[in-house]
Amino acid sequence: MAGMLELTVAEAAAEIAATELSAAEYFAAWREAAAADELNAYLWTAPEPERHEDLEGPLGGVPIAVKDIFVTEGVPTTAGSRILEGYLPPYTASAVKRMREAGGRVLGKTNMDEFAMGSSNENSAYGPVLNPWDRGRVPGGSSGGSAAAVAGGLAPAALGTDTGGSIRQPASLCGIVGLKPTYGAVSRYGMIAFASSLDQCGSLTRDVTDAALLLAALQGKDLCDSTSVGIEAGIGAPSREDLSGLRFGVPQLTEEGVEAGVREVFEATLRRIEQLGGEIAEVELPSSELGISAYYVLAPAEASSNLARYDGVRYGIRRGGDADLLEMYETTRAEGFGAEVKRRIMLGTYALSSGYYEAYYGQAQKVRTRIAEDFEKAFAAVDFVVTPTSPSVAFELGAKTADPLAMYMNDFFTVPMSLAGIPAISIPAGLAAPDGGGGELPVGFQIAAPAFGEQKLLEAAHALEGALGFAAAAGDAAPWRGGARG
Amino acid sequence: MAEHSAPPRIGPVIDRDQVLHVARLARLRLSEQEVETMVGELSGILEHVDRIGRLDLEGVEPTTHVVALENVWRADEPWQSLPREVALANAPETEDGAFRVPSPQAE
Repeated sequence: MAGMLELTVAEAAAEIAATELSAAEYFAAWREAAAADELNAYLWTAPEPERHEDLEGPLGGVPIAVKDIFVTEGVPTTAGSRILEGYLPPYTASAVKRMREAGGRVLGKTNMDEFAMGSSNENSAYGPVLNPWDRGRVPGGSSGGSAAAVAGGLAPAALGTDTGGSIRQPASLCGIVGLKPTYGAVSRYGMIAFASSLDQCGSLTRDVTDAALLLAALQGKDLCDSTSVGIEAGIGAPSREDLSGLRFGVPQLTEEGVEAGVREVFEATLRRIEQLGGEIAEVELPSSELGISAYYVLAPAEASSNLARYDGVRYGIRRGGDADLLEMYETTRAEGFGAEVKRRIMLGTYALSSGYYEAYYGQAQKVRTRIAEDFEKAFAAVDFVVTPTSPSVAFELGAKTADPLAMYMNDFFTVPMSLAGIPAISIPAGLAAPDGGGGELPVGFQIAAPAFGEQKLLEAAHALEGALGFAAAAGDAAPWRGGARG
Repeated sequence: MAEHSAPPRIGPVIDRDQVLHVARLARLRLSEQEVETMVGELSGILEHVDRIGRLDLEGVEPTTHVVALENVWRADEPWQSLPREVALANAPETEDGAFRVPSPQAE
């Protein structure tokens, strides 16, 4: 049984296609693993395998965990919020439909920070997710359940969403691969909206090949999302094994909170790139230093508008229904939303309110232009921009919950790519001890490429992944091999 | 095109009255404890983001959207929308095929 669960998505799909592996048995084995979840990674697991016909397709028969932000017809969908408790969506998100059309099957719905607002998964109304490498630590967020499920051996792969780092940062903290595609590559239809100009669907996988496989299935123009454009040339399996002729730009960003161990792994990875024939160059991204400030105006502003729909009228919970309408709205929202969601609604409403709009929202939109221009200039000289994915390894549960700004700084390296709308991947690059001491934990390495440059990005990530050999180096310490620490 | 001159310096601190005003706009009822916490936390965050308010970005085009899209049209073909009973199935309260809400005016 254990052997079957160690296959990657690509390997399992190939074995099922060759009838060397039974899709039904494979699904049942994963369902059993998912049902035994001790990480609080799942909010719902499939009670029985989805039907097993139509298994042709690149994902033929492989179960995939789906972040609970994707609506799924007839399957509870909460986005990690109390306000959507009991909600049974009447339709299915386009990304999930495409995943199924490629032969994938929904294994379960994964826990997440409420409405994708958070970097630790501690903002879920359904309790925090535990990091499978160390259960006293966070898995990152907001796709924390998806990351923990894949890293903890509870799913072969997962769908997530990334608004400011919500796929890349948890992938980094859990030692797996997280890909945020170009804005517009994958349909957002049926993905519960947080910040519509930034939200993008992507994958959390064990390796880069699986990331390519999922993106090939998910990407495409969708009539139901007029901002979706797809990736014109499609996506193929990456095969590159060297980096010769490729230039990697390292921005001089002054984030003071980068841990020593993270720096070491990052520097070692740069040397590995050079060994593979790649060239390291310095690039300037001066406006990226303002990324967090711009992001924490724009994202809450969009969120405050998107979350106005939760008013106790059409779906979700209603509280205070015996009072008048306004009081019902206010009571429902007061009891349905958690602290971080309220904080961002307040922040966004303030930033959009009369007298402050231009100084906050207007300025943030201009900073966004500057950040995108910086990347454009950088990509005239280099093929990729690389940074650590997260300033730190996984931190302890509760370590940052009292200080929202400290929590926001987790997104320092991931937010600029989101604001520019460009694709970025995090791959596990090594292990490092946290600054405060303790066992070694995964460190992610982020690679960003120009818009719609996913194929080239995946090729480079594939070559680097092969040279780094993270999974082999982690060996039996890797939680998917049963190495989770208490 | 932006036509304003250097944007005004925004005070870094949001006070209790502003918090209550914004909460009203956002249709959020906050407890006494939440109001107090919100004053401190929002002030801290606004102080941090305030540095973008002081930048001179005159002449920079604002970005609302990263994908350059003109209007996106599709053929005007009718298709099946959600049946009424399905659309109403998640509603906390319905009556005569419609969403039922409390009266806008207190009794």
